[in-house]
Amino acid sequence: MSEKNRQIMLGNEAFARGAWEAGVTVVSSYPGTPSTEVTEAAAKYDEIHAEWAPNEKVGVETAMGASLGGARALSCMKHVGLNVAADPFYTAAYTGVNGGFVLLVADDNGCHSSQNEQDSRYHGRSAGVPILEPADAQECKDYIRLAYDISEKYDTVVLLRSNTRISHSRGIVELGERTEREIIPYEKNVNKYVAMPAMARKLHVAQEERLAQIAADSCEWDINDVQMGDESIGIITSGIAYQYAKDALPDVSFLKLGIVNPLPKALIRDFASNVGKLYVIEEGDPFIEEQIRSWGIPVTGGKDMFTIQGEYSANMIREAFGEDPAEHDVDVSDAPGRPPLLCAGCPHRGLFHVLSKKKTRVFGDIGCYTLSALPPTSSMDTTLCMGASIGMAHGFEWATGSKENTVAVLGDSTFLHSGITGLINMSYNGSKGTVIILDNRITGMTGHQQNPASGKNAKGEPAPAVDLKELCQACGVKHVVEVDPFELEEVERIVEEETSRDELSVIITKRPCAMIVKQPGIPMVVTDRCRNCRMCMKIGCPAIEIKDGRPIVVPERCVGCGLCARVCPFDAIESTGKEEK
Amino acid sequence: MKTNILIVGVGGQGTLLASVLLGNLALEDGYDVKLSEVHGMSQRGGSVVTHVKISDEKVGAPLIEEGEADIILAFEQLEAYRWLPWLKEGGSLYVNVQQILPMPVVLGDAPWPENLEEALKQRAGKVKAFNALEIAEECGSDKAVNVVLLGAAARDLPFSEEAWMRVISEKVKGNFVEMNKFAFQRGQQA
Ligand SMILES: Cc1ncc(C[n+]2csc(CCOP(=O)(O)OP(=O)(O)O)c2C)c(N)n1
Repeated sequence: MSEKNRQIMLGNEAFARGAWEAGVTVVSSYPGTPSTEVTEAAAKYDEIHAEWAPNEKVGVETAMGASLGGARALSCMKHVGLNVAADPFYTAAYTGVNGGFVLLVADDNGCHSSQNEQDSRYHGRSAGVPILEPADAQECKDYIRLAYDISEKYDTVVLLRSNTRISHSRGIVELGERTEREIIPYEKNVNKYVAMPAMARKLHVAQEERLAQIAADSCEWDINDVQMGDESIGIITSGIAYQYAKDALPDVSFLKLGIVNPLPKALIRDFASNVGKLYVIEEGDPFIEEQIRSWGIPVTGGKDMFTIQGEYSANMIREAFGEDPAEHDVDVSDAPGRPPLLCAGCPHRGLFHVLSKKKTRVFGDIGCYTLSALPPTSSMDTTLCMGASIGMAHGFEWATGSKENTVAVLGDSTFLHSGITGLINMSYNGSKGTVIILDNRITGMTGHQQNPASGKNAKGEPAPAVDLKELCQACGVKHVVEVDPFELEEVERIVEEETSRDELSVIITKRPCAMIVKQPGIPMVVTDRCRNCRMCMKIGCPAIEIKDGRPIVVPERCVGCGLCARVCPFDAIESTGKEEK
Repeated sequence: MKTNILIVGVGGQGTLLASVLLGNLALEDGYDVKLSEVHGMSQRGGSVVTHVKISDEKVGAPLIEEGEADIILAFEQLEAYRWLPWLKEGGSLYVNVQQILPMPVVLGDAPWPENLEEALKQRAGKVKAFNALEIAEECGSDKAVNVVLLGAAARDLPFSEEAWMRVISEKVKGNFVEMNKFAFQRGQQA
């Protein structure tokens, strides 16, 4: 294959390319925006075994095993995924590695697709591993290669920290060759790999020593880039914040850090002593700033000037440095919002229509279905973290002594990620609640990745599919019912029956995601039997609009699933019978 | 030379191809370029935006700020309006006149902005509002809206006809190449 040696690449594709060039052979991850495309891109390289693990913890453990086996290994996740993987991560940070091991974590400053804005740098510091932070797509590729060298040289896991803007921006990337690597032979070493108390105490000492060594050595690394300009102002920054700061203040002096843990203390001291006023500009928490202040180095401006919230911009920084804000003569504040919606044809819509109608209390979870918390269905009471629906419904039942008209709802991927342990708990600890698993055969929200119930693996090859019904039964649930979520009357009857039953039950709604199976493609139409009752508006379908005071189906957007016809009390909606596309 | 292009629309409208074509044109002509796009939740029918920054100097931040866009390509009218503050004084706006009502409007919780079309005209130095969807459908697919809009905007961009045709051949899937080239040319005439 002839490829041009300079290409436009997504940050995440550049990470995958860099991993491939560095000779990585094993990638095990769980999807999560904005990290997902790294593993998807890695799966396209023949030399790499890339897989979707059921959750981040298993992904990190798999990568750790691959590292012990002597390969270079990678595990990717979003920021909240690192919470799930924290357990193996914190102790792998003690044991160190055999083949290089990089854990790539992508934060979501601005909460574009997440439930919080947590700053993963704290995890890296708390665990005691080096953290590298690239600032554009080229650096994504370069830094991951470097991360493997650091990992093997210093015998440590390396945390590579990205965020939405880095992962989802494209830039020009200079490609390199792949370096094939020999597998490093594994040698049994209980003092290193068995983290029992006596060993762990020693490993902790060794960890502290290597961090001190890296803090000293990294003062010489060129990823920590000193750019002297006007010396009256010095800015310490890293990652995407560097780009905004450099655009805003091109003439001042910069120390752009490529490694943010451990901090290259001597280099920072030196830079601070060569500039007048020192500022620290970092998106997220005052991670760098507080450490610098703790060394007694005066910082003129940090989080007292720049917010810990959301994403930065060059204008924001200019204004913080006293520039007048740009004038805005256009006022578009009356532009109505456009919240995301379940897709036309989405199987989840049927269930949530019923739950909304029955005013069921819904302990919700994370996935496409979280969108049903919004109008018009507004049928979700809670969303906390993946898998929490089940645990919370269980606790609520114990607090109130009632499970009446209450359900826990979660997707198939979420159930296999961390819902199943909650279900075992319900069964073990005497819950009489009802859990609904939305089995659409795919991990929808993050862009349709395969999962253990899909029947395919990350490379698209056939794989065994977990039987969710049998799995639930094996957890001790006696009543497990399957239903097509578009059979509305049946869904309603089953929800009624199971929520009033005095025993634990699981309902599995089975219908594949509308994006992965061909839809009829024959649009529906509202006929003149319509009495304008607007029942069809209650399902929140993007293909139904009001025109001249009446509901209409917009043919270009309708996939012909027919749910609107099923909810219409007057049989006024029917198929046009002709294929659109 | 510095050109900032904002591509705005509704998740699922296929705004990403337009930015990939622009990025590759810039690369081939020796410019630096950065694109920033939206993946994840907003792709489900939410408001989406792609920033394209092309320059003969190094591009730093990947985001275009308010008042900095030379060109806005809008796949939908309300999104054109929402992103209007990003347009430079006297910048060009190419808008597909399609309207996709957001759920708050459909449900009657929020009105459609009254002076929308007027505001678009007032702000932009040059507004080209036309039915790109219809043209795309005439060419063979509603998915070709992006190249129709690019065709219209090509007059403001520093790329040659041959370069456009080459990048379409390279980046569009095999059997759609001719259709997309045709849609691009129809956009140029629009
Ligand atoms: C710990 C953690 N990992 C990953 C994610 C990203 N994420 C959000 S929803 C989701 C899974 C959605 O799949 P599924 O439960 O099958 O529901 P669907 O979207 O298909 O309806 C993932 C992986 C997350 N929010 N938290």
